[in-house]
Amino acid sequence: MENKNFEDVFEAKLAKNEMVEPKDWMPENYRKHLIRQISQHAHSEIVGMLPEGNWITRAPSLRAKKVLLAKVQDEGGHGLYLYTAAETLGTSRDELLDALHTGKAKYSSIFNYPTLTWADIGAIGWLVDGAAIMNQVMLQRTSYGPYARAMVRICKEESFHQRQGYEIMTHLSFGTKEQKEMAQDALNRWWFPTLMMFGPPDAESPNSENAIKWRIKRETNDQLRQRFVNQTVAQIEYLGLNLPDAGLQWNEAKQGYDYSEPNWVEFKNVISGNGPCNKERLAARNASHKNGEWVRAAAAAYAKKHAEPFMAA
Amino acid sequence: MSDSQGPIWEVFVQKKAGQPFVHCGSLHAFDKEMALQNARDLYTRRNEGMSLWVVPSAAITASSPEDIGSFFEPANDKVYRHPTFYQIPDAIGHM
Amino acid sequence: MNHLFTYTLRLADNALVLGQRLSEWTGHGPFLEEDLALTNIALDTFGTATSLMEYAAKVEDKGRDADALAYRRNEREFTNILLVEQANGDYAKTILRQVLVDAYNVLFYTELAKSKDETIAGIAQKAIKEVSYHYRHSSSWVIRFGDGTEESHNKIQDALNELWRFTGELFEQDETELTLIKQGIAVDSKAFQSKWEKQLDELFAKATIKKPETVFMQTGGRKGIHTEHLGYMLSEMQVLPRMLPDAKW
Repeated sequence: MENKNFEDVFEAKLAKNEMVEPKDWMPENYRKHLIRQISQHAHSEIVGMLPEGNWITRAPSLRAKKVLLAKVQDEGGHGLYLYTAAETLGTSRDELLDALHTGKAKYSSIFNYPTLTWADIGAIGWLVDGAAIMNQVMLQRTSYGPYARAMVRICKEESFHQRQGYEIMTHLSFGTKEQKEMAQDALNRWWFPTLMMFGPPDAESPNSENAIKWRIKRETNDQLRQRFVNQTVAQIEYLGLNLPDAGLQWNEAKQGYDYSEPNWVEFKNVISGNGPCNKERLAARNASHKNGEWVRAAAAAYAKKHAEPFMAA
Repeated sequence: MSDSQGPIWEVFVQKKAGQPFVHCGSLHAFDKEMALQNARDLYTRRNEGMSLWVVPSAAITASSPEDIGSFFEPANDKVYRHPTFYQIPDAIGHM
Repeated sequence: MNHLFTYTLRLADNALVLGQRLSEWTGHGPFLEEDLALTNIALDTFGTATSLMEYAAKVEDKGRDADALAYRRNEREFTNILLVEQANGDYAKTILRQVLVDAYNVLFYTELAKSKDETIAGIAQKAIKEVSYHYRHSSSWVIRFGDGTEESHNKIQDALNELWRFTGELFEQDETELTLIKQGIAVDSKAFQSKWEKQLDELFAKATIKKPETVFMQTGGRKGIHTEHLGYMLSEMQVLPRMLPDAKW
């Protein structure tokens, strides 16, 4: 069969909403797009462990400590599922991690903001995971099988994350004066960075068109962002917190909220390495990787000495 | 030795006794004991199973998409392998 | 003196302080799979700590709850053994600290599950399964390190040399323990000391490492006399409830 034929089969699959599997023929650009998107997603999960991990040792109750630990652990698991999904496309975890550690690969801009108070842990669970879930729910139906299967598992596990975040915000918002101030401050700081998570406006989004065409993504950045804003306003009002954006207003005509655009200049800077914590996050990842090197070497050496016949390759 | 994350293993979970083992994902591990422990810590954190298999990915041989025709289509016309192919007198009842 | 409270709180402190140390690794493990594995162990350990803390609070019956015991006591009031508060160090040290505790806990909780105190027996029953898995995890790493590379061998040997001096406390007995042993509530840890040592000797032999020969055993945890590590750990752990004493979380 010629390439053209393969391409027809591939296109027909997408048209019928069928999944593409690792051994199926796929256009090189599709493969590249997926590796980039899945690995960015995986990097975001493991870098995302750091700002939240920052509060594990300071979680204010035994319950909060266990919950946060389980949540951060889940993020690690999600990174792992995604790395293995990316590996079915012919890359390796070594390669992917190397791209992260050398600063070549990107990850979600949100994790380059600092977690300054305990309320930030609430805000991350509520807003950041809330925003992530919108994307992830859509990705359960993405066209690449291993990615879609990883997302199904991730969505199932994520379901408690947003609730735990909102629970923290509830305790703080209905708690002492200092606690409520903490909650408001966190909302104010995390609101616009959360809106940025959906990516640049559709008109300026370089990768969106292909992603939609290939059914990797099924909704645009702006559609998802609008849906997030619409669902979150009532949650803010319930907490009795002030809206973090003076431009937030109900628009009867579009049956949704108008909102102010995030600062896209800031977004571009954070994405390209100039956010408040980019250097710290990368340094932390690199340090763990480097400190783990002798551990991995020991495990590899031990495995080699005690090799199973089936492992001889 | 070059740095690495170890080989990839495929994980199969049995949800309940008597049920088949189902593929649930992959992981990296350096030896079989580690693969088993990692599978437990990764894929059964929420009571997903009660028995595990781990298999080095390299040991798996898979059919190819090009094989679909020659492998699986010949089974399409073997209707006599299915019970509905056969006619049993109504008087006999369920068989 | 409320011996049952003292005893339960000791066990709770051991679990809490060890869990706190383990949780410091989350997000920083040597590779992703192992990061998750150690976090699972931390979660089990905090689970046991919570159950024991809650029971200690109930036994004390002075209006303090589990969180008050964990977050509102000072360094001198913590009665954990010194071993569990030792800093994580490198992964070999964390694993070695863990294997010493895990090997002990398997034997300890097996006995504690026979306690005449039903609540304690129940907590121990659940813990046995968890710590057996922890031992399987930590002991397999001790062997990998010992029998891995020269570097890993040296690191695990160094860890053993450094931490062995904190193992004496595992088998200390004071009035509280002796009283409760007589009542069938506490565990007589001396009864399984040689079993513990033999099990570890076999493990160390497999890992080709050696216990240090003459060691002066450190002590003090039961009296609240700790190493300098604990103060820093507690000031970090307790910061929020101390900063906003009226707040609920």
